[in-house]
Amino acid sequence: MEKRVTFKGWLLPLILLTPQIIVTAVFFFYPAGQAVWQSLFIPDPFGLRSQFVGLGNFEYLLGDPYYRASFVTTAVFSTLVTLVSMGMALWLALLADRLIKGSGVYRTLLIWPYAVAPAVAGVLWLFMFNTRVGVVSWYLGLLGYDWNHVLNGSEAMGLVVVASSWGRISYNFLFFLAGLQAIPRSVIEAAAIDGAHFWTRFRTIVFPLLSPTTFFLLVVNVVYAFFETFGVIHTITGGGPQQSTTTLVYKVFSDGFVSQDLGSSAAQSVILLVVVGALTIVQFKFIERRVHY
Amino acid sequence: MAQRSGMVEKRGLSHWLVHLGMILGVVIIFFPIWLAFVASTVTQSDIISPPMPLWPGDQFFENYSKALVSGINAPVGRMLLNSTIMALGIALGKIVISILSAFAIVYFRFPGRKLFFWLIFLTLMLPVEVRIVPTYQVAANFGLLNSYSGLIFPLIASATATFLFRQFFMTVPDELAEAARVDGASAMRFFWDILLPMSRTNMAALFVILFIYGWNQYLWPLLITTDPEMNTIVMGIKQMFPSGDDFADWPVIMATSILAMLPPVIVVVGMQKLFIRGLVDSEK
Repeated sequence: MEKRVTFKGWLLPLILLTPQIIVTAVFFFYPAGQAVWQSLFIPDPFGLRSQFVGLGNFEYLLGDPYYRASFVTTAVFSTLVTLVSMGMALWLALLADRLIKGSGVYRTLLIWPYAVAPAVAGVLWLFMFNTRVGVVSWYLGLLGYDWNHVLNGSEAMGLVVVASSWGRISYNFLFFLAGLQAIPRSVIEAAAIDGAHFWTRFRTIVFPLLSPTTFFLLVVNVVYAFFETFGVIHTITGGGPQQSTTTLVYKVFSDGFVSQDLGSSAAQSVILLVVVGALTIVQFKFIERRVHY
Repeated sequence: MAQRSGMVEKRGLSHWLVHLGMILGVVIIFFPIWLAFVASTVTQSDIISPPMPLWPGDQFFENYSKALVSGINAPVGRMLLNSTIMALGIALGKIVISILSAFAIVYFRFPGRKLFFWLIFLTLMLPVEVRIVPTYQVAANFGLLNSYSGLIFPLIASATATFLFRQFFMTVPDELAEAARVDGASAMRFFWDILLPMSRTNMAALFVILFIYGWNQYLWPLLITTDPEMNTIVMGIKQMFPSGDDFADWPVIMATSILAMLPPVIVVVGMQKLFIRGLVDSEK
């Protein structure tokens, strides 16, 4: 796509572009280049000199059981977050779509969690499941279940999954509802006349017609689970216990800033870069030109 | 919506079941927020002897004024101010630099235009989390730690907004630019008098999305602000937890959590139409 009518001059457009060029060069291209460069070195413990190791950092990482484990953790975590948040949202959207009146009120109430920062969501869920004062963990205790996400890795994973999915339900709900409302009524009514019940209609008509929305949400939610859930994990578990909730992004942070292992952290950044690149290509290839924040 | 009452909509029992299901969903989704609100209105001793009450107490003013005025590490009032400056800075900054560069890319032909377009386009792919360590080093070298510039600028270095404005400008009829040129208007005149007023809704929708994005940032403020006076509210909450075995001051922490979610909730609920439009626009 090109404009037929344009203005003359080359200096003005360059001046208009300057602010963006400066900001992206300084805070984007230079750091991204640095990440690639640093990934090829190991700094000495005093940070005075660096030794060139080629792909040594990558070799070390891929052989590191902790790093490989964080790949698995990320895969499990993103799959669960995507399924839970999309499942819940689809259920609510199907209900809201059946309402003639009042769906606006429910929508207003259901978009609240979108506005709640992941880190704040983490604090809210941590409070409910706190081992000493949490309401939910206390009632679970009454039922004879001893909840302790501080020691139990699967409970920790469950908690960060639920807290991360919670804020995402609003977003998925809005897109599912829009998708459902775009399905022509006549198609569904025709099936109803033929005697198809709700579940049959859903399986054979609604769900297939909804698949572009579903696929789009699938990709977007995986990206969300990868990159935007740092706040949830940092507030609730800090990656623990025994790294059972350490995702790839969390590990870049903990190796880079907590352990100060710059070479390894940079190499992890580069690997993530490749992962994001692949996800972006999938996004663009299959869902045309949708751009995600 | 009005003409959607067909034969599939049922009355009676199943109609109420749908409402019941919705209400159940809303209750489940609201429960964490409700509980935080209740905790922000009771005393610490109500909380540390579980189970805590599920109905608000009478300590609302005590807890909120304690949080706002003194906080735990820094007054929450101060953190609210920091968050506001950061979120406004990111939203406005990104809109300004993006609309200018989109205008340049769409309405001019100049050497290197394609290259600039692709350079900007490349930034779509990399969230700040991926290049976090080197970006931090750059900010530190520029002396941007504990500063508003440090909180704002690294987060406006992405081209999502540029891309959106470009898409929108492409849909603006060519006749408008042609008429402006025939009338002898300069490029900037056209930009100010025609393009900018036409982009108002897009800018507003984008503003809503970017404000929330900026307000809810966590990792970047966590790294860049070591001085409690510069903490943003979203990252400051975690800093309020004691490091040892002591009980956290839950009423104050929960009051802070409620304060932290209030501005974005007001923006989302109050500007619902713009918000949904922004959400859909930014996914195109």
